[in-house]
Amino acid sequence: MINTISILLAITSLFLFGSSRVRISIRMVILQGFLLGIAFLYYNQAHLTIGTWIIGVSSIVLKGIVLPWLLTFVLHRSRAKLEIEPYVGFGTSLFIGVLLLGFSTYVAWNLAINTARTIPPALFSAALFLIFCGMFLIVTRKKAITQTIGYLVLENGVFATGLGIGHEFPFIVEMGVMLDIFVGVFLMGIMIFRIDRAFDHTDTHRFNELLDSIATEPADSAEMENIQ
Amino acid sequence: MMLWSLVLVPFVAGLVSYVIVSDRIRRSVWFIAMAFHLFISFFLSFDGGEAGMSLQGGWLTLDALSRIFMPLTSLLFAAATLYAIGAFENEHGRKSDPGKAASAKVRRLSPESVFTGCILVFLASMTTVILSHRLGLQWVAIEATTLASTPLIYYHQGKRSLEAAWKYILLCSVGIAVALLGIFSLALAASGVTSELSVDSLVTHATQLDPRWLKLVFVFILVGYGTKMGLAPLHTWLPDAHSEAPSAVSALLSGALLNCAFIGILRVLQILNAAGMGSFGEHILIFLGLFSMGVAAIFILRQPDYKRLLAYSSVEHMGIVILGTGLASEGMFGSLLHAVNHSFVKSMLFMTAGNILAIYATKRIDGVRALKNRVPLLAVLWFGGFLAITGSPPFGTFISEFSILQEAVNQERYVTVGLYLFFLLLVFVGMAATFSKMTFGATTDTAPPKPLHVWSLVPPVFLGLAALMMGLYIPQQLDTMLRNAAALISGGAL
Repeated sequence: MINTISILLAITSLFLFGSSRVRISIRMVILQGFLLGIAFLYYNQAHLTIGTWIIGVSSIVLKGIVLPWLLTFVLHRSRAKLEIEPYVGFGTSLFIGVLLLGFSTYVAWNLAINTARTIPPALFSAALFLIFCGMFLIVTRKKAITQTIGYLVLENGVFATGLGIGHEFPFIVEMGVMLDIFVGVFLMGIMIFRIDRAFDHTDTHRFNELLDSIATEPADSAEMENIQ
Repeated sequence: MMLWSLVLVPFVAGLVSYVIVSDRIRRSVWFIAMAFHLFISFFLSFDGGEAGMSLQGGWLTLDALSRIFMPLTSLLFAAATLYAIGAFENEHGRKSDPGKAASAKVRRLSPESVFTGCILVFLASMTTVILSHRLGLQWVAIEATTLASTPLIYYHQGKRSLEAAWKYILLCSVGIAVALLGIFSLALAASGVTSELSVDSLVTHATQLDPRWLKLVFVFILVGYGTKMGLAPLHTWLPDAHSEAPSAVSALLSGALLNCAFIGILRVLQILNAAGMGSFGEHILIFLGLFSMGVAAIFILRQPDYKRLLAYSSVEHMGIVILGTGLASEGMFGSLLHAVNHSFVKSMLFMTAGNILAIYATKRIDGVRALKNRVPLLAVLWFGGFLAITGSPPFGTFISEFSILQEAVNQERYVTVGLYLFFLLLVFVGMAATFSKMTFGATTDTAPPKPLHVWSLVPPVFLGLAALMMGLYIPQQLDTMLRNAAALISGGAL
């Protein structure tokens, strides 16, 4: 069961590396949210307390329903184009993705052998792969919304790592982590709207107001705006 | 219960502030929450009995380290509150633009209520970071500080502040996600030893922790919280965020928030030291410290924007603090003292910079001349602040920078000593040129400046005097507190 979920998680991430549409990326995030929530409940099936149920179900609701819905809403309401604009082409991305998958599998298997604690290597390698995938998306995609998706994938990876390690935070901390992620993505969504209005685009690579190299040219109009 | 009230009162006041429409009532709520926090934190830290206070099953604990940073944060928040109210008044003076008033109506929440709410939640989360002994809870709180401060940074809604806030939330969140990996690794290192991730129980069982995982923990935490602390090369968001935020917020970000990230690193260092692995971290910390100082010095030399200059100076000072931490023993004491001094001076400078911005309406160094003739009080603060931030003798920063230097010499790390002095000199030269041009340079503009609200002047004057006092005379009680905290981190071996 865990192995199946891990493989599915890895496949969704490969899609994220290769897909050219924001909508498909969001669907992959939905899938990941559901898979992780199910994995969490499956993992804790021996002692399903009310707390575990709440964490598992709210994780599914949050990462599989609410946040993806929020991203879709932002996508439609802002004037962002539906295609992803990458710095690195999709073919190359996919190739790098496969390399990263190999690397994380290698690391995970080594770690799993070398520790006293039993870590399921498949889940652990999927978790590492999700983390790499999230970071890769943040670094190589131009749009603010794709970077937000990258952040969500990264957080999913961290969640999966915690699952693989088998550590449980106290209920309150677990909920706090989830609240942080929710508020974080929510804020990012609000900011994408504002960026959209202020810049007429959401391409972070055209963010050049604050580079040190251009700070030598007059920027008085922006400053007046700031003062008021 | 007292400790919980430190977190809950600002938090609840913050939530309430979002919905209060009247400026007057909202500001009173803000002011009361601030005064309450200030009073309680001082009362508990200086007068709350000698033993470490552990309440509510150890979720929040006031130990030697939090005894220093709790009142410091509270004091800075109080100063920022008064300053922000003064700055709002300064702004209202110029709000006669009809276009602006129309756009204000469109927004559903008034910007000032969002500001007040966020800044109070920000205080609550910083308090949790400082008091928390559970690493999981601390992580949640550190991420919460990022989230609460993001709306504060883009308060002005300009392009530049939006860009800064976007970089801030994305980079810091990613960094903090890495720190969560560190905490998971810590759980793995502690598996079978202790189930609760509280600093106390981990320190008690430190020698039984798996050392290989512990190394990984330290690296993850250093990268994660180091991002938040603005250590080069992870500092890239800091100059943007700190320079584009309103000055009251910049003062808090530089003075209080950077310390919170520092505390996050210190807690893990405490565990590492207790496990007898302190030497593993030393080299990394010293390298990161010097590297941050070097990067900051280069950017300070050619900086056309005075708020960015101050932001880069924060990177430099966090470098000094981390360097001192890496040197351990007397350097640890110096670094804690330096963190306190830096908070006073940098908050004061950011507030002064905000006042200069209000008068000259530009952040460009070229646009500000003859401060001495136009606003003598600001000139004194600005130039005094320059002397203090570069570690000149009458100020507290001199003592702390010197004690770090002394420790490096004692340990015969001459390369470190050489680089440390070189970067300090470089920063001094770079800042001297800028600050003297702004203070004494000639100008043709002789129009009398717009008067500033008194509340925007009192806090920087007060903080400046505090920075000066720290140089002339460190109270015995504070000295003891700092030594206790240094001993706590170093594992009692001082």
